[in-house]
Amino acid sequence: MAVSLSLNGKDLSLDVPDDMPLLWAIRGVVGLTGTKFGCGMAQCGACTVHVDGQPIRSCITPVSAVSGQKVTTIEGLQGKAAQAVQAAWVRLEVPQCGYCQSGQIMSATALLTQNAKPNDADINAAMNGNICRCATYQRIRAAIHTAAKSLQG
Amino acid sequence: MLGRIDTSSTASRRGFLAGAAAGGAALVVAFHWRPAKAQMLTADGALAPNAFVRIGKDNSVTVFAKHLEMGQGAHTGLATVLAEELDADWASVKVVAAPADGKVYGNIDWGGTVQGTGGSSSIHNSWMQLRKAGAAARAMLVAAAAKSWNVPVGQVKVERSVVSLRSGKHATFGELVELAAKEVPPTDPPLKDPTIFRLIGKQTPRLDMQAKSTGTAVFAIDQRIPDALVAVVQRPPLFGAKVASFDAAKARQVPGVVDVVQVPAGVAVVAANTWAAIKGREALAVTWDDSAAEKRDSAALMASYRELAAKPGTVAKTAGDAAAAIMRSARTIEADFEFPYLAHAPMEPLTCVVRLSADSCEIWAGDQFQTIDQINAAKAAGLPPDRVVINTLFAGGSFGRRANAASDYIVEGVTIAKAAGKPIRLVWTREDDIRGGRYRPMYFHRLRAGLDAQGNIVGWQHRIVGQSIVAGTPFEGGLVKNGVDATSVEGASTLPYGIPNLHVDLHTTQVGVPVLWWRSVGSTHTAYSTEVFMDELAHAANKDPVALRRGLLARHPRHLAVLNLAAEKAGWGKPLAKGKGRGIAVHESFHSYVAQVAEVTVDDKGKVTVDRVVCAVDCGIAVNPDVVRAQMEGGIGFGLSSIFAEAITLKGGAVEQSNFHDYTPLRIEQMPRVEVHILPSTQPPTGVGEPGVPPIGPAVANAIFAATGKRIRTLPLVSQGVQVS
Ligand code: FES
Ligand code: FES
Repeated sequence: MAVSLSLNGKDLSLDVPDDMPLLWAIRGVVGLTGTKFGCGMAQCGACTVHVDGQPIRSCITPVSAVSGQKVTTIEGLQGKAAQAVQAAWVRLEVPQCGYCQSGQIMSATALLTQNAKPNDADINAAMNGNICRCATYQRIRAAIHTAAKSLQG
Repeated sequence: MLGRIDTSSTASRRGFLAGAAAGGAALVVAFHWRPAKAQMLTADGALAPNAFVRIGKDNSVTVFAKHLEMGQGAHTGLATVLAEELDADWASVKVVAAPADGKVYGNIDWGGTVQGTGGSSSIHNSWMQLRKAGAAARAMLVAAAAKSWNVPVGQVKVERSVVSLRSGKHATFGELVELAAKEVPPTDPPLKDPTIFRLIGKQTPRLDMQAKSTGTAVFAIDQRIPDALVAVVQRPPLFGAKVASFDAAKARQVPGVVDVVQVPAGVAVVAANTWAAIKGREALAVTWDDSAAEKRDSAALMASYRELAAKPGTVAKTAGDAAAAIMRSARTIEADFEFPYLAHAPMEPLTCVVRLSADSCEIWAGDQFQTIDQINAAKAAGLPPDRVVINTLFAGGSFGRRANAASDYIVEGVTIAKAAGKPIRLVWTREDDIRGGRYRPMYFHRLRAGLDAQGNIVGWQHRIVGQSIVAGTPFEGGLVKNGVDATSVEGASTLPYGIPNLHVDLHTTQVGVPVLWWRSVGSTHTAYSTEVFMDELAHAANKDPVALRRGLLARHPRHLAVLNLAAEKAGWGKPLAKGKGRGIAVHESFHSYVAQVAEVTVDDKGKVTVDRVVCAVDCGIAVNPDVVRAQMEGGIGFGLSSIFAEAITLKGGAVEQSNFHDYTPLRIEQMPRVEVHILPSTQPPTGVGEPGVPPIGPAVANAIFAATGKRIRTLPLVSQGVQVS
């Protein structure tokens, strides 16, 4: 069954089983690999993408559930908040192995889009679903604050 | 990952792998890989003065990294060392992974013939090698410029990839490439005085940040090659079980499934995409022969370890007469510690991509043991090792998991590609990872000490019970001495404190659970038991824990210096509010010295929050200070994660955990504020990937004691009813 959706601004029709998680469709069928597999059960956030701007875990979201919706992956991430987040990530040297960081950046960008000035509790709430096994958390927190400041300009 | 044999002997540390895997004991001689003159230029016209650097006509400086980048910052560190002596412009420096070649890229700390990353040795073993490589390239560029300008070499300066004279005359590296290629690389080029370093010890930006902040960094799971299929493997539910029979009929009906093949590891489902492979695996019906499988519960195993601890073990270290001294002492303190199996759980589950032909094998992986994996892959493919090409990609973490002597996931990939007759990408799911074994072993420790009437420690006995990491591997010959696996006792047998009577012994157990080094190896448990026990002794002797340690570290100035620095920066001794506590621990691993002070809050309900950690580190010259800080922060988080809630437990031999819902890593809300202080040093650099891990567990446990009077001697904390937030 073909599922139609918009991925990073492009309309696509994917001929995949309805129950295939969006993650595997993005990685395996479309071939965009910035979105990562970490657990497959909504525990780690490595697979975070935006659906109509909201962060979701693509590993447990069937492709059919996003039919007709706008999906954004790290490859298609745009806008002021995203730029501020990515710039802060580079400047504060947040990543270590880097594997979790697409998901972290997707979650952080969604947070800043909704809340221009998050405090530490807001950051905990928005980012607690994103595991970083390298434990780069201190820098993730600092980079979100830095990005927020740069957005206020 | 790789422990050392003996801290006092670098010779044995360096030698332990010689002969283990590659058969040669020769150290890499600095420049035996110098290319013949004709090859001094690459096909695309770049200067190739040695195996570690290429200088392009476009001014690019490309450093060949012999070590895996798995998050620890090795690529940036290696490039910094070379670029420093080359006087390269950091903005033009790139790093690529070197091919697998033990002769050229062997780890000098391991004897120089085996290429691999571990034991926090990347910078340590490469330090002089890369300084010389950079300096030799610089000398050739200088000689070429001097000749063409007809001046003595002494008048030529180099700065940021530009060679110049006082007069203002100048040329870029790129412009000099062809002339420099006519020069003979010096074998012993002069090296800089460290006081004039421009990159080392400064803030050289990490080279992998852009790729890792945009989703463009390529890990093995992302590597795409033509016609490759995806494989997942159904492995046995018990360690040591084997496939008896299987029915693949239903699996083959799953859309996308292409093949089902039996391999030594289990039954592999090969499919067009990962989802199909996973669905196909779910549809498999496998009957297992578990007659030789490990079927014990971990609780029963621990009980048997405890029983064993009643009897003397094989002596790992003895000085004076600890038993007699304790017998005569005014007071005896005894404590037992229990440590669970731990999974590495790197964020990127194990993955490799394999393409086989009749006479070649090409592998893409976050490869940590290149030449060992090359040999094992060759065996599995039925080819000579030199027909195996290894492309080392970024690894999404490892913590030791990708460095195993059996090359488990690599061999799986090769055997599946061979059986399926197709290029494949092998993907482990998180369940495969958590249940897949090769854990940090489970250990039981018993410590006894005697105090005299003044509270001095007069004797110390330490007994360790657990599996050997290296038994049955090629590392056994080098790391097991007189029946003692050095990685089981390191940190205990190397106790730095000046205690006159010391005895450390070991029971090595036989259990069918595969085990492996796990970030900081023996120190993951010995630092905990020794440093918590020191705190117990301080309390029993009514002494301050820092003062007690200070008095016993007279002969270990580097331990003492980090201890003092951490204590000072943490405000040791300053009063804390009720419900808060401070704890300290100091530990050396891989020749780096780290002390940490943890501050915790324990609320009315007993919930523990680690508020702040102050860390002092002496790792010799800090090549990239920000990477050192990052590794301390990450090591602290990784260590905290393990003591809070991580444990692999067995029921009837089966692993009870399966994914991040029941094997629960640290999350952002649990991460304390970490402050890192680096001791200035002129000593050669030592590692930072692992040494940040060991002290955090005991520092937190000691802080919890200070706040509550509760001693935690069994990990993880949650198993003791301690809630963490
Ligand atoms: S892979 Fe989706 S949350 Fe972990
Ligand atoms: S950077 Fe390695 S898992 Fe987050």
